[in-house]
Amino acid sequence: MNIRAKAMSLFLLGLVRLLTGAQARWYGCPPKAEQRIYFANHQSHADLVLMWAALPQELRSITRPIAAKDYWTASTFKRWITTEVFNAVYVEREKKGDEDPLQPLIDALDSGDSLILFPEGTRGFTEDPQPFKSGLYNLAKRFPGVVLVPAWIHNVQRVMPKGEVVPVPVLCSVTFGAPIALGADEPRADFLVRAREAVMAMRDV
Amino acid sequence: MRSFLSNLTPEQQVGLLFVLVFGLLTLVTVAGILVSLRESKSSATEPSDRAQQLDELQPLLRTAWLMALVFWVGWAAGDGVATVLFGLVSFLILREFISLSPTRRGDHRSLLLAFFAVLPMQYALVWTRQFDLFTVFIPVYAFLTITAVSALAGDTERFLERNAKLQWGIMVCVYGMSHVPALLMLDFPGFTGKTAFLVFFLVLVVQTCMLVQHLSERHWQTTDGSALTDRFRWRSWGAGLLAGCLVGALLAGITPFSLLTAVAMALVACVAGTLGHLVMKAIKRDRGVIHWGADGRSVTGASGLLDRVDALCFAAPVFFHSVRWTFNL
Repeated sequence: MNIRAKAMSLFLLGLVRLLTGAQARWYGCPPKAEQRIYFANHQSHADLVLMWAALPQELRSITRPIAAKDYWTASTFKRWITTEVFNAVYVEREKKGDEDPLQPLIDALDSGDSLILFPEGTRGFTEDPQPFKSGLYNLAKRFPGVVLVPAWIHNVQRVMPKGEVVPVPVLCSVTFGAPIALGADEPRADFLVRAREAVMAMRDV
Repeated sequence: MRSFLSNLTPEQQVGLLFVLVFGLLTLVTVAGILVSLRESKSSATEPSDRAQQLDELQPLLRTAWLMALVFWVGWAAGDGVATVLFGLVSFLILREFISLSPTRRGDHRSLLLAFFAVLPMQYALVWTRQFDLFTVFIPVYAFLTITAVSALAGDTERFLERNAKLQWGIMVCVYGMSHVPALLMLDFPGFTGKTAFLVFFLVLVVQTCMLVQHLSERHWQTTDGSALTDRFRWRSWGAGLLAGCLVGALLAGITPFSLLTAVAMALVACVAGTLGHLVMKAIKRDRGVIHWGADGRSVTGASGLLDRVDALCFAAPVFFHSVRWTFNL
């Protein structure tokens, strides 16, 4: 990480803490440097920043958020900040040709990184998260050794609702739940429902 | 002794005050550590009430240290920095307040206005000593502007409720708090450079009153009722006010007040502070929390700063205006 990215990351951390507190609540598991996929509800672009800020410094450097390629590479600044500061993995939201949209994630997991995933695929408007997409299932099946940690992000939609650009100061927290694992021959739909429930269960603890 | 004190420059007097305060805090902290050492040796088998009481005193002591440091930095660095520091406190407590009041998407712009326009403007008015505008800026202008912005957002669901909560937050956290640095800016003839004593007087009197009220409530507690009025006892309230007035009388020497005026001012500040604290307790009950901070069902990570300063937010405006009118400033 070069000096400019380092400065930006310190500035962002300070800003996020001042605006939201960015508190991490390790409810179901301790913060631990093992290979993990954190999956959470998605209501705002700030989700990515908040999850990143809530992780302890040691985990932040080995955990890579997933960013939608069309949005986060739209301008030079967005591309710079996601690459240099967040060390994000880009995914295509639309499937193009016959190339597997999960390939970048698989590469990242192969090289030993942890991931932050928003399995809804897009930001939701409603209280409850939308049904999860199958990416989480495919990754869980392919990497049985990776620990799957559900997380609920509180309040972020109030900080920056869809369509707004200036954030409002509201205290936010990320609650991490107990890891779940894919059953031996669990059907895809069942697993995705179970994963979504594990995320929602962290809302009220 | 008296001639020695009056021979000191105002700056030396205020400095001496801080030496006394920090000395006292150090003594209490050291005593607390010693007592806790002894407790852990003697009562390893049975957890005593005293140990629990000591645990409850710890956050109070921490707040006292923090407040004393804030005041000291504010005084040492000048009025500008003091105003900014209090502005920051306002920001943090408004953040806590808003986090526990549900808002909707339509409130976004009004919230932005509250945090990034009204709050800085109010403190800028304090800094530039425009006391007339400072007094009416929030109740008159911000009152209309924020509600209008909210109406323009077009979401009328629970409109009155949402706006009332926001206005309340601003009144307590910004308007109330901003009167503390405003005390520093008051221009007393023959009292220049010593307005820090007024803030000290206010804070010490109100905090003493609250502490005595709290302790005597525990001492006289007869029922375990959970209703708000069961916890509020007129007798302990009276004891708190008495203690506050007593401290006010003792401190009369460092203020521009005569003995009687000092007692009256202390009484006014204590009544406003304790009743304000009671009102905030009722609001917390309404929101279903015991503290704004992490002790309750907090999912937000609030540090509970508002719990500590809410009495001050109510006492400061009343005290400020009583002083202004009494002395025609």
